Amino acid sequence: MKAILALEDGTVYHGTGFGARATACGEVCFNTSMTGYQEILTDPSYKGQIVTMTYPHIGNYGINALDVESWRPHVAGFVVREVSPVVSSWRAEQSLPEYLERHGLPGIQGIDTRALTKKLRVRGAMKGVLTTEEVPDAEAVARAQAWHGLVGFDYVKEVTHPAPFQWDQQDNLSPDFRLVFGPATGDPRPTHHPLPPADIPIVAYDFGIKYNILRRLRQHGFQVQVVPAATPAADVLRHRPAGVFLSNGPGDPAALPYAARAVGDLIEHGLPIFGICLGHQVLGLALGGSTFKLKFGHRGANQPVKDLASGRVEITSQNHGFAVAADSLPSEVAVDRINLNDQTVEGLRHRSKPIFCVQYHPEASPGPHDSTPLFADFRELVLRRG
Amino acid sequence: MPKRTDIHSVLIIGAGPIIIGQACEFDYSGTQACKALKEEGFRVILVNSNPATIMTDPEFADRTYLEPITPECVEKIIVRELAELRRLGVPANEPNGADRPHKLVLLPTLGGQTALNTAMALGRSGVLERHGVEMIGANAAAIERGEDRLVFKELMLSIGLDVPISGVAHTLEESRAIAERIGRFPLIIRPAFTLGGTGGGIAYNREEFEELAKRGLDLSPVSEILIEESLLGWKEFEMEVMRDKADNCVIICSIENFDPMGVHTGDSITVAPIQTLTDKEYQIMRDASFAVIRAVGVETGGSNIQFAVDPATGRMVIIEMNPRVSRSSALASKATGFPIAKIAAKLAVGYLLDEIRNDITRETPASFEPTIDYVVVKVPRFAFEKFPQADPTLNTQMKSVGEAMAIGRTFKESLQKCLRSLEIGRSGLGGDGKPWRVGTEVYGDRDRLPREVISRKLTVPNADRIFFIRHALRAGMSVREIHGLTKIDPWFLTQIEEIVQFEDELAATKA
Repeated sequence: MKAILALEDGTVYHGTGFGARATACGEVCFNTSMTGYQEILTDPSYKGQIVTMTYPHIGNYGINALDVESWRPHVAGFVVREVSPVVSSWRAEQSLPEYLERHGLPGIQGIDTRALTKKLRVRGAMKGVLTTEEVPDAEAVARAQAWHGLVGFDYVKEVTHPAPFQWDQQDNLSPDFRLVFGPATGDPRPTHHPLPPADIPIVAYDFGIKYNILRRLRQHGFQVQVVPAATPAADVLRHRPAGVFLSNGPGDPAALPYAARAVGDLIEHGLPIFGICLGHQVLGLALGGSTFKLKFGHRGANQPVKDLASGRVEITSQNHGFAVAADSLPSEVAVDRINLNDQTVEGLRHRSKPIFCVQYHPEASPGPHDSTPLFADFRELVLRRG
Repeated sequence: MPKRTDIHSVLIIGAGPIIIGQACEFDYSGTQACKALKEEGFRVILVNSNPATIMTDPEFADRTYLEPITPECVEKIIVRELAELRRLGVPANEPNGADRPHKLVLLPTLGGQTALNTAMALGRSGVLERHGVEMIGANAAAIERGEDRLVFKELMLSIGLDVPISGVAHTLEESRAIAERIGRFPLIIRPAFTLGGTGGGIAYNREEFEELAKRGLDLSPVSEILIEESLLGWKEFEMEVMRDKADNCVIICSIENFDPMGVHTGDSITVAPIQTLTDKEYQIMRDASFAVIRAVGVETGGSNIQFAVDPATGRMVIIEMNPRVSRSSALASKATGFPIAKIAAKLAVGYLLDEIRNDITRETPASFEPTIDYVVVKVPRFAFEKFPQADPTLNTQMKSVGEAMAIGRTFKESLQKCLRSLEIGRSGLGGDGKPWRVGTEVYGDRDRLPREVISRKLTVPNADRIFFIRHALRAGMSVREIHGLTKIDPWFLTQIEEIVQFEDELAATKA
């Protein structure tokens, strides 16, 4: 199966297709994680994006039922140097190409992903078309140019759950993955950490929430009521939450005025608030700041973030194309974490209100666990309030 | 936390002569350390008996001692150097000298096992204390915890990490109970206090176990045997970790061994980064690596931690850790561009990771984890032809005399380049038109070798096994069969299968 990846600047890469016979438009970006492709595929934040993996061997350990971050893959298309012809893992249930095919998503392999990545670094993220169907080069380029792009477009409404729900009332989705220990025998898969009681009710805004955020919240004793992205503050307050969580999600935060409005109302109400990624950007906007689009974004599992208060450096998992502008923030909001690679804002803390947020992903999945303690910080913040 | 201002001179112990098991990797790390510390303005004193390393070139240290690396010798050097400092007007190692650089300190973690053992001996005999010489980079207690197998094992269990299950028995009943607890064969039986460990062995089933346990108990003068689960055939992994004084920890490089457990890492073909772990498993290994370096107490610098993973259940056990710059560090440095030895030296004199610039980018700090878009392969170089009396079977004792490394965009490219780099006359796995010598037989390059020859060469790890995977595939053996004989991960075998298929494709084109 032939495949092409066409960029808005007229570049066309010819490779071999895998996954479904399909054509997709999206913003072409790259991710530098060497593991975790399954989590990346299923992260709703990638809605509208054609993701290129810079690591050349992808698909080595297949796909399993556990390592998903939502109910389906959300990337528009997947670009890799080489898809593994076999899967090698005791956890694998299917191969990467089978998985993409089942979900109707196209993939391309055998192209020079390093050249593509270098182009994206220099030119910035670009609009593109990935097709495994018979689309002529010129038409693919034209379709890439005609695509609306991410800026100003509300992708959240496509990935938010349409109705509110309680996360994992049976406590069978939230236990952390654990390996068998010592002389245990039998099926190693259902081995899990036990959960504490869920004694703190909170509301989590779903802008495209990753399962591992919900798992982490539950693991820290939160009983989580998930609400759709467009839920007004009054409806949130009706649940009488002890705190509010703002999730990650796709696209441009400036395209979500309703979210910034609702969060502004909740800030007024004085509830403890914790935000991650898009949730952090929405908080930034609600607190009076502004956001801007990064040239090629931060997507990978090795971004160093410095906690300015403690001096500690966390290696973080990141996936964002927009950022909060540091100089746009009012004086009551402190930038308490920065990215050591480009000095951009990675964390905010309100000086007088119980509000904090981070641009990166403390839930990891994929990526390092250095920032997991932020969930305990949120718990402490909520408990201190009463 | 910037550079320490109390240190005047740093004594670095080198690795001495090159021997099998300790080759030039420690000249690399020691030289890096010398350069880094001189750059920081410290007076560098080096002891290394090897004239052939660039490390003992005069420009790398302020004073170089070409002397035997023994505790006695190093003590004499310490005495001499303290006198020299006083001659220079420095209040050497005196408590009242704190307002300016005045200390002579010892950096033992960059010269391999020789340097570490010498430093430990100096610590135990009280020499360091007597002369007020501080050990930097790692403390004696940490080295002890990392190096003593029993202490290390207990420590790992106490922090909730998994280790190979074992137990000590004095009777047959106790032996059976331990075997029951481990729950699977094979089991390794080692009688206590027998000469050269005689009477031990591997039991593959209950009958063999009963027999070996009984014999071991009889042979041991104290009627005691150690029973341990065997990890033969498990997947082997390594992590290169760095830690600074503020407890920032980073993984520099992850490594997967092509050869499963049972072959010494120095004799294994190794691959960076890890290829066959999911992110969930990799992160558990990363967390465990940090837990190990913290528990052992390596305060600054690098460590190498080795893991074994059961391919059937994912169970992950810690095998060992090296609380120092190790053989894999040189490889990891070249593989990622992160100069481990140089950074370890800077961390030892007080810097934090985020205060050190990354040499490659020059813009970002050293507190990051290298991520690569290529594959690195290391292949050991053997010289059994020069040691006809040596047993060419690979086991837990290192036998290679060197190694080659290659970088490529895929595993296939790297492996081929690496095999070509070995200078054994081959251009890769084969297909280069050159003959194959197996014992007294000579075969043509594209001959199909007899299956029994292939099976023998696959079953027992040996220097040529990688080439026999090609022979096996060419003889029509499946990846599954080869995996059954070698326990090499099917992912690697499939990559080799693709090379062999491409060889056929090329051969067909020529005709």
